[in-house]
Amino acid sequence: MIDIDKWQEIFSTIRKNKLRTFLTGFSVAWGIFMLIVLLGAGKGLENGIHSNFDSDAANSIWISPGQTSISYKGIKPGKYVKFTNKDYERIINENKNLERISSRYNIRGNDQISYKNEYGSFGINTVHPDMEFIENSFPIKGRFINSIDIEKQRKVAVIGDLVEEALCKKGESPIGEYIKIRGVPFKVVGIYSENSNSDEERRRVYIPISTAQMVFSGGNTVNSIALAVSEMTDDESEQFEEKLKASFASNHNFDKEDDRAIYIRNNLDNIKEFRNAFQGIRMFIWIIGVGTIIAGIVGVSNIMLIVVKERTKEIGIRKAIGATPWSVVSSILQESILITSFAGYIGLVLGVALMEIIAMNIPADSMMFKNPDVDISVAISATILLVVSGSIAGYIPARRAAKIKPVIALRDE
Amino acid sequence: MIELKGLHKSYITGNNKLHVLKGLDLTIEQGELVSVMGSSGSGKSTLLNVLGILDSYDEGFYKLNNTLMDNLSEKKAAQYRNNMLGFVFQSFNLISFKNAVENVALPLYYQGVNRKKRNMIALDYLDRMGLKEWADHMPNELSGGQKQRVAIARAMISKPKVILADEPTGALDSKTSLEVMDLFREINSSGITVIIVTHEKDISEQTDRIIHIKDGIIGSEFTSKN
Ligand SMILES: Nc1ncnc2c1ncn2[C@@H]1O[C@H](COP(=O)(O)OP(=O)(O)OP(=O)(O)O)[C@@H](O)[C@H]1O
Ligand SMILES: [Mg+2]
Repeated sequence: MIDIDKWQEIFSTIRKNKLRTFLTGFSVAWGIFMLIVLLGAGKGLENGIHSNFDSDAANSIWISPGQTSISYKGIKPGKYVKFTNKDYERIINENKNLERISSRYNIRGNDQISYKNEYGSFGINTVHPDMEFIENSFPIKGRFINSIDIEKQRKVAVIGDLVEEALCKKGESPIGEYIKIRGVPFKVVGIYSENSNSDEERRRVYIPISTAQMVFSGGNTVNSIALAVSEMTDDESEQFEEKLKASFASNHNFDKEDDRAIYIRNNLDNIKEFRNAFQGIRMFIWIIGVGTIIAGIVGVSNIMLIVVKERTKEIGIRKAIGATPWSVVSSILQESILITSFAGYIGLVLGVALMEIIAMNIPADSMMFKNPDVDISVAISATILLVVSGSIAGYIPARRAAKIKPVIALRDE
Repeated sequence: MIELKGLHKSYITGNNKLHVLKGLDLTIEQGELVSVMGSSGSGKSTLLNVLGILDSYDEGFYKLNNTLMDNLSEKKAAQYRNNMLGFVFQSFNLISFKNAVENVALPLYYQGVNRKKRNMIALDYLDRMGLKEWADHMPNELSGGQKQRVAIARAMISKPKVILADEPTGALDSKTSLEVMDLFREINSSGITVIIVTHEKDISEQTDRIIHIKDGIIGSEFTSKN
C-alpha cells in the first residue's frame, strides 16, 4: 500500500479533476456534517428537557396523606389521614429493599429566615439525614444533617448555596454562624448545592425533623415521607406501591382501593414517561440520520458511476499502454477512499465545531437545549460506512470498465 | 515477428453478424516498415486492433514473436502491450489532464519505473521529437502534429518490438504528415517493426511494403521501389 509512486499518480489525478473531487467530497462531508448536527441537536434537546425535571433521585417515591373518599367499616368518607413518626418507623420495618428514607414535617406559618441584618423567604425542609440522597442535595461546604442531630434534636441547619448568596456578604462564610427561623436560632453546619435547573431546589434550608417537631410544637406529626428504593422493574414497582398502600390502609383504617386517602408519587413513572418520549425522538433522529447517510451513499455512488464512465476512454488508453485491470481498479478505489475519508473527516470536524459553538452560545439556564454532545464513535462509524460504500460503489463500475476490451473503451462516440 | 494464419473476426451487433476478416494470412518480419491500405470499412483497424491485442479474434492463429496470442489473461495481455507493442492512434489518445512529459512517461509507470527517472527518460524522448520546450504543456495546448509526436514518443518509450499506427497522419496536414512519416522511418531504421494503416498513397509509398485488404483477406502486396 505504501507505494509512493502510486499515491503521486493518484494525487495528480485528484488535483487535475478538482470539480469531480469536490463533488464527491462534498456529498460525503455534507452527509457526515448533517448527521452530527442532527445527533447533537437531538442530544441537546434531550439534555435540555431532562434538566426541566427536578434533580431528585430517579428512584424516589413520595407519600403524603389525603382525605378518604370511600366509607370504610362505618367511617364516613372525608376523614383526614394523619402520618406520624410511627408510619416512618413502620415503613422501615416492613420493607427490606429501601435504600433511603426521610420523613418531613411542615412548619406552619411564615418561612422567613434572618441572618444578622439580612432576611428572606426560603423553603424550610425538616428532614432525616437520608434526604441528602433523595433530593441529591450534596454539601459543598460543611456537612448535611446527620443522625446525631436527629437523636439529640440539635438546632442545626444546612442551607442552599443560593440562600448563602442571598444572606451573606461576599467572602463571608455562614458556617458556624446562626440563622433564625421564626425567631429560633439554628447553627449553620453546611451549605449544599444541587445540579438542577430550578433555583427553588437551591433555596432551601434543611433542619432535623426531630428538632422541628420539638421546637415548633409538631408533636410526632409527619407531613410526608420520601423513600428511595433499589432498581425495580415496572411490575416490582407497582407491587411495591400496592404493598405500601395496603400497609397504610390497614394502619389508618381506610379502604385500600381509596385513591384519595394517601398520595403516592413515584418518580420512576415520570422518568419512564420521559424516557419513552425520548425513545421516540431518538428514533426519529436516527431515521433522519440514516436517511442522510443513505443520501450520502447514493450521492457518492452516483458520482463514482459518472467518474468511471467519464474515465472509460482514459482507462482504455491506460490499458493500451500496458495497465493491468487491477492497477486500474485499485487506483480508482484508492482515489475514492482517499477523497471520501478526507471529506468525511472534514464533515466530522465542521459538525463537531458547530456543535461546540452552539454549546458555548446557549445560555446556561436554557430549558430547551443543553450540552449537545455527539457520540463521536457514531460519527466515525458513519464516516467509515460512507467510505466503504463509496468504495464498493466505485469498485463495481471500475471493475467493469477495467474488464472491457481496450478497443471498446477507446472507440470515440 | 508477426505471423497470422486463417484469421477470422466477426462483429456481432444484435442479430447481425458482420464478418470482417475472413481467413487472413500475413507474415511480417522484424524490422519491416509496412503500410496497410484498403477501402473504408475493409477491416484495417480491425486487423491492427487484433495485432495490438486490443481486441480478440475468432479463428486461426496469431503469433507475436513466436508466441501464440490466444486466450491471454488480462494481466499477460497487459504485459505484452506494455513490453512488445507501441500504439499510435489517429485521434492521438493522450490523457487530457496530464502534460506532455507525463503522457510520454505513463508506460514506464506501469513498468514500475520511479517518477523522477521516467520523467527524465520521457523528456529525452520528447527532445528527440523536437518537443523539449513543450514538455510542460497540456495536450489541449498542442497542435495536431505536436500531439501526434507526443503519442509517438509515448509509443516508443517502452522500447517496443512493434509499433502499430492507425492512420497516424489522418488528422494532420500534408507537411506535418511527412514530418511524422520521417519519424516513423527513423524509428524503423533502429530495428523496430512499424505497421501503419493509411488511406493516403503518398504515405504508403514511403513504406517498404504495402498490404491491401480486400473482402477480408490480403488482396495484393507491393514492395515499393526503395
Ligand atoms: N465494434 C464494432 N462493432 C460492430 N461493427 C464494427 C465494429 N468495429 C468495426 N465494425 C465494422 O467492421 C467493419 C470494419 O471496420 P474497421 O474499422 O476495421 O474498418 P477500416 O478498414 O478501419 O475503415 P476506415 O478506413 O474507415 O477506418 C466496418 O464495417 C465497421 O462498421
Ligand atoms: Mg480504421
